[in-house]
Amino acid sequence: MEMTQYLLVALVCVNLAYLAVTRLITLTRITAVQGLLLAAMPLAVLGPDPHSHALILSLGVFAIKAIGFPWLLARTLSRLSGDPVVEPYLGFNLSLLSGVAGLLFSLWLETRLPFPPGLFPPLLFPAALTSIFSGLALVVARRKAITQVIGYLAADNGIFLLGVPLAQGSVWLELSVLLDVFVAVFVMGIALHHINKTFESIDVGRFCSLRD
Amino acid sequence: MLTVLPLVPLLAGLLALALPADGPRRALLVLAGLIHLALTLACFVHPPAPAYGGLLELDALGQLFLTLASLLFVAASCYAVGYLGHEGAGPRRDFQDGAAFVNAPERVFTMCLLLFLAAMTVVCATRNLSVLWVGIEATTLSSAPLIYFHRHRRSLEATWKYLVICSVGIALALLGNILFSVAFYDPASPLTSMGLTEMLPRAAGAAHPWLRAAFIFLLVGYGSKMGLAPMHNWLPDAHSQSPSLVSAMLSGALLNCAFLGILRAQQLLVAAGMGDFGGELLVLFGLVSMGTAAVFIVGQGDYKRLLAYSSVEHMGILALGVGIGGGATFGAMLHAVNHSLTKGALFLISGNILALYHTRSCYDARGLSRALPVTAALWTAGFLAIVGSPPFGIFVSELTILKAMLAGGHGFAATFYMVALAVIFIGMATPVCRMIQGPLPPAVPHPGREQLLSVVPPLLLLAATLVLGLYIPEAVTGLLERAAAAVSLGG
Repeated sequence: MEMTQYLLVALVCVNLAYLAVTRLITLTRITAVQGLLLAAMPLAVLGPDPHSHALILSLGVFAIKAIGFPWLLARTLSRLSGDPVVEPYLGFNLSLLSGVAGLLFSLWLETRLPFPPGLFPPLLFPAALTSIFSGLALVVARRKAITQVIGYLAADNGIFLLGVPLAQGSVWLELSVLLDVFVAVFVMGIALHHINKTFESIDVGRFCSLRD
Repeated sequence: MLTVLPLVPLLAGLLALALPADGPRRALLVLAGLIHLALTLACFVHPPAPAYGGLLELDALGQLFLTLASLLFVAASCYAVGYLGHEGAGPRRDFQDGAAFVNAPERVFTMCLLLFLAAMTVVCATRNLSVLWVGIEATTLSSAPLIYFHRHRRSLEATWKYLVICSVGIALALLGNILFSVAFYDPASPLTSMGLTEMLPRAAGAAHPWLRAAFIFLLVGYGSKMGLAPMHNWLPDAHSQSPSLVSAMLSGALLNCAFLGILRAQQLLVAAGMGDFGGELLVLFGLVSMGTAAVFIVGQGDYKRLLAYSSVEHMGILALGVGIGGGATFGAMLHAVNHSLTKGALFLISGNILALYHTRSCYDARGLSRALPVTAALWTAGFLAIVGSPPFGIFVSELTILKAMLAGGHGFAATFYMVALAVIFIGMATPVCRMIQGPLPPAVPHPGREQLLSVVPPLLLLAATLVLGLYIPEAVTGLLERAAAAVSLGG
């Protein structure tokens, strides 16, 4: 099996781990692992090129997704009050089961979709789709606002993975997208800090004052 | 010219953060808005060359929405001078739950307003899907602190919803961009950029299933930001909790920017010969948005939420117009102009009402004609304009869309459209009439103070939509026709 395949299998495992983890600090560490695996993807998929685009992109992803995001999340987490556990709306077992169902569905979908030949390495599409699915599941099926941020990141990582084989043009635009998402997480971190201070909790279940 | 256009608000924003005194900072806000508007209008006289290696490029569609954003910004910044002077610093008490809160520092607020304009400028002045995405995400990030200007629970809740829903939505739009790349994938001659200049001539050879998937993701993604139902949940909360001048910018300019993202995708579909697919989806989302707005407008007790749901309705009309195609596309472009001007004015007026009555309840803010005579007159005129009464511009644009629907044999859509408009007319008339008439609450000073800066900007915006209802200048018609042609012909 090639290096790309090992990385993709590891990414699928990480995606499922998002849904099974019970502690917030472990969740932030998983984002670091996913960032690290994603940083290796441009080099593994695109290979060396004369303009070193893949290398620049890998370094950018490493700096932002493997170091920047986990650092921001850990910093935010350290400032929050309350028990640092993930509080689910949907139980962990059911979440994991739905994650596996999502994986099976994406494996099936990979065989049905008319992909351009040679564009996506095997397993890349299911790995990306499972990441998007896990991310969205964290956004809607967990109570704490910080898990929504992590879910957003996981979904964004899946979308990024899908774009890796296509990232052969201007690498600066890819980096702008990364920077935008970094600022988004930074702004969400500030908002989380205010939520924690104002509501004395980051439970989104308390957001019930704005209704028709 | 395009090189300078986004830099003006960007640099002014950074300068605003550094300026210690309130007076010069407020003057800078207005000045930056006026320079931006002057540069935008200069683009009509001297069409600008593409800048930054083709990443920024202004076409008729972009020019239309850029002019609207710039005009709205000037009106909102003039209003902001009076508003910020009235707000002041220091702890305040929330009129709804009595809790103490403070406002965000004025320099941060001013900086974010200017950065917001810079981000919208990038969105309008590009034909590159990746740059457009970066710009739209930047509009979310720069406008979130604006919604949280009043630092209390409700605005924080609204800001969080806005951040999460729009960020996830925009992430889906990024997936749409990637799927467009897949559709255009050709190892023999790969795309060098995501610019429409390169993509449109090659659209006919793109893979149709991937184009469909890409459009759906872009529609859902940017549709969340545009406030199309059922992805509109953030909109009433954010609009009702923001300062009114921010609500005016969100509704009058930001929603258009997200709409522009959808129009760019529709341009690609039309060029690929799949305009009908995009059109049908736009009609569906348009009708659902109008229906949802009608349901929530009837019996709505909060006048800012009422205006917000009215925005959902009008975004639905825009989607419907473009989806129907033909003459309705021109109608939709005209409608975008009229809606921006009218809704911008209405939100600014709602700020005057809120400042005097300290309530957003239509039941408690009564006797407006006696408390604030000029504001009451503008509120009435704005109501008549937004529900599509003649002689205001929205009447003309709504009629244009209806005529195109009937001419195209879209009987069901036309019937639904008329019923929704009628329900919304009644639903809005009841609270507006209640607010204008009735007894004055004892605690409200009589008559209240009406500053020039709080009534002139909405007055000018309403005057503009009145003019557009009576006579559309040739230059405006030309711009609207070119914008409509770009969408319906995929140019």
